[in-house]
Amino acid sequence: MTVTKEFLKEEREQSWRVDVRKLLKNKERTALKRVHMGEVAPNERVKSNVEVNTGLTADEAIDEARRCLDCPDPTCITGCPVEINIPKFIKRIELGEFLDAARVLKETSALPAVCGRVCPQEKQCEAKCFYQVKMQKEPVAIGYLERFAADYERESGQISVPEVAAPNGIKVAVIGSGPAGLTFAGDMAKHGYDVTVFEALHQIGGVLKYGIPEFRLPNSIVDVEIDNLKKMGVKFETNFIVGRTATIEDLKEEGFQGFFTGSGAGLPRFMNIPGENYIGILSSNEYLTRVNLMDAANPATDTPIISGKNVAVIGGGNTAMDSVRTAKRLGADRAMIIYRRSMEEMPARVEEIKHAQEEGIEFMTLTNPVEYFADETGRVSKVRVQKMELGEPDASGRRRPVPMEGSEYDIEVDTVVVSVGVSPNPLIPSSLPQLETTRWGTIVVDEEKLQTSIPEMFAGGDIVRGGATVILAMGDGRNAAASMHNYLQDKLNP
Amino acid sequence: MNKIVEKEHFSENVVRLEIEAPRIAKARRAGHFVIVKVGETGERIPLTIAAANPERGTITLVIQKVGVSSRRITDLNVGDELTDLVGPLGEATHIEKVGTVLACGGGVGVAPLLPIVEALKKAGNRVVTILAARTKDLVILEEQIAEYSDEVIIMTDDGSYGKKGLITDGMKEVMEREKVDEAVVIGPAIMMKFAALTTKEYNVPTVASLNTIMVDGTGMCGACRITVGGKTKFVCVDGPEFDAHQVDFDEMLLRLNGYKEIEKGAEQQYLKSKDK
Repeated sequence: MTVTKEFLKEEREQSWRVDVRKLLKNKERTALKRVHMGEVAPNERVKSNVEVNTGLTADEAIDEARRCLDCPDPTCITGCPVEINIPKFIKRIELGEFLDAARVLKETSALPAVCGRVCPQEKQCEAKCFYQVKMQKEPVAIGYLERFAADYERESGQISVPEVAAPNGIKVAVIGSGPAGLTFAGDMAKHGYDVTVFEALHQIGGVLKYGIPEFRLPNSIVDVEIDNLKKMGVKFETNFIVGRTATIEDLKEEGFQGFFTGSGAGLPRFMNIPGENYIGILSSNEYLTRVNLMDAANPATDTPIISGKNVAVIGGGNTAMDSVRTAKRLGADRAMIIYRRSMEEMPARVEEIKHAQEEGIEFMTLTNPVEYFADETGRVSKVRVQKMELGEPDASGRRRPVPMEGSEYDIEVDTVVVSVGVSPNPLIPSSLPQLETTRWGTIVVDEEKLQTSIPEMFAGGDIVRGGATVILAMGDGRNAAASMHNYLQDKLNP
Repeated sequence: MNKIVEKEHFSENVVRLEIEAPRIAKARRAGHFVIVKVGETGERIPLTIAAANPERGTITLVIQKVGVSSRRITDLNVGDELTDLVGPLGEATHIEKVGTVLACGGGVGVAPLLPIVEALKKAGNRVVTILAARTKDLVILEEQIAEYSDEVIIMTDDGSYGKKGLITDGMKEVMEREKVDEAVVIGPAIMMKFAALTTKEYNVPTVASLNTIMVDGTGMCGACRITVGGKTKFVCVDGPEFDAHQVDFDEMLLRLNGYKEIEKGAEQQYLKSKDK
C-alpha cells in the first residue's frame, strides 16, 4: 500500500510540477512568512458554537503554498497516516487550481475537510516538513492548506466524486460509521464493492458527530463528506447494531462476504473514587453526546442537559478540551481543566490548548481529584483535589505524577466531566466469542493486514488501538480496505 | 419502518403499542430492551420489550406516561412511525430450571416481567407471580401473566382488587408458606429496593431488572451507571438485570432524579403546546 519513492519521483517530474518550481527561487520561498489562520475573537466565539478557525483566503493559501519547496524527498508524506501526496496538492494551490488540489487530496483521503480541521498536524506531516526539520523555521501550514482546498471545493458546488470501478457484486459490511469505517467504505466503493455501513446511532459519522463539537468541526461538513460516499454508491443503515439487530451469521446469509469493524472505543472510563456517581458528574462521552448529537442545549429539543456555573473537566486530552470549551459556551462562569501532569505532558493538540486559554479556561495542572461531595439532593457540590509532583518517567515515557501528602483542598463545582480515556466498546467482541481480543478488550489484528482471528473480518480505529486519533483511524480504514480487497480477490478468483 | 400496527390503552396513563420491527422481533430474548426516539428533536429513551411476534415481525412495548418523551410515544397512533428504534440491547435474562420462582411486577414493570415469566415457565419452573399496583385500574397484563404462571397473586395499595397491601406483603406470604428458589423483581426503583430487602431476609437469590437514564444505550455514555457490590456497572451493557441484593438502590434513586426539574418543566410545556 505504501506509496513508493519511484512513484512520487515520477509525479514530481511531471512538467507542470517542474514549471511551478521554477516560478520562484528557493531563497525567495523560504523568506516568506507562515500564514496566520483567522479566528473569531474569543469573547465573541464563546457566545455560540461558531467555528473558531475562519479558514484561509485564496490569496493567503497561494502565498502559503509558495513556501513549499516541493522537496525531492518529501518527508512530510511519511508523517501522514494516509500518505496524502502533500507537495502535489500544495503545488496545485500555488497555481490557483484549487479544484485539482482537492482531487489530489481525495485520491487518498475520504474526509479531507475533516482532517484539515482535526488532525494533529504539528505531530505528523508538519513535524516532518523540511522547514521544521532542517531550517528551524515554522513548517508549511499543510493542515490549513488541506482545509482550504477541501472547503473551496465544497463551496464551489463542483464537488468531484472519486472514480468508482465497475460493480463487482461482492457485498461487504462496515460496522460503525466513524472515520475508520467511512474511509474503509470509500476505498472499497472505489474498488467496485457493494458496501453497506451499519451504524448503531441514529446519525452517521460516529465520533465526528457525537464527539467533536460544532465549533471545531461543523456537522454540515461531515454531512457533505458522507453525501459524497453515498454518491459513490455506499449504503448506510442507521439504528443497526451488528451482533444484536442481526448477527454476523445473519449478514453472511444475506450475502455479505467481508466485514470491517470500526466500532470505536465507546466505553468511558471513570476513576473509581468516592462520590463519582453523584448527579452532575458525567463522562465526556455523555456530556458531548448530549450537546453535539442530541443538541441538548437547544430548548427546542427534548434531551436535557445540566449546564453548571462551576464546571471541572478531569483530563488533558482533546476530548477534555472539547468538553471544557463546551461548558464555557453553555454559560459556565468557571470552566476548569484538572490535570494530574503538567502542561508539557498534556496530550491535547497545541492549538486546542491555546484556544482554550484564550477563552478563559482555567488550567489546574499537577492536580488530581480524590473525592467528590454532594448537596442534600445528591448533586455534586465540591471536588477534593490533591497536588501532584512529577517523578521518574513511566512506561509512556512521561514523568509519573506522584501525589503530595497533605496537599488536599476543595473546589466548588456543580458539574464535573470525567475525561480520562475510554475503553473499547464491548458490543462486537461480546457477540463474537471466537473473535480474539486483548485483555483490555481491543480486537487483535495482524499489524500489517488488520485482519482479525476471523479471516473475513478486518478491524481498525479505536476498537484496535484503544483510543487514538481520527487520522490514525482513517489510516487503518485505508489499509484494511487494501488488505480485504486482496483477501477477497485471492479467495474468489484463485 | 417501525410502523405502529396496534395501540391499546391499559389505563389512562399506560399504553401498549405493537410496532413493526422484524429484525428485533427475531433477535430479541427475554430481558432485552430497545432505545426509541420520536421526532427529529426527540430524546433517546430505553424501553424494555414486553413481547415479540417474529412471524408478524412486531414487538410490543408498554409505556407509562411520565414525561415528554413517553407522552410523545403514547400520543402516536396506528399507522404512525417511530423516528428511530434500535435494539435489542442489554444482556438477555439468564433462564434455567431452578425450581420455584417468585416473579414480582410493580405497576408498568409487569410488562418487562411478562417475557421472563413466559421463559421461566417454559424452562420447567413453578412460577408464582405477584402483580402489584396502586389500584385496580392499574393492574395490567393479568391474563397474559396467568397463562404462564402456576399462581397469580394480585396486590393493590387500596384493596380495590386482589389483596390489600404492598407487594412485599404478598412476597412474604409466599416465602413463609413455601420454599422459593429464586425471585425476579421489576418495577419502580423504590419498590425493587424494598422487594430486595424482603427476599434478603429469606435468603432468596433475587434478580432486579433496572431502568435508568440512558442516552445511547450501547455503553458509550455511562449515564446509566450504578453501583453493584461496590463496583460501578453500566445498566445498558452489563445489565439491565443484576443481583438485587448487591444493587445500591439509594444511589440509583438519587441518579434517577438527576434531570427531574428540567423534565417537569418540559412536560408542562409539552402539555400546553398540545392544548393549543
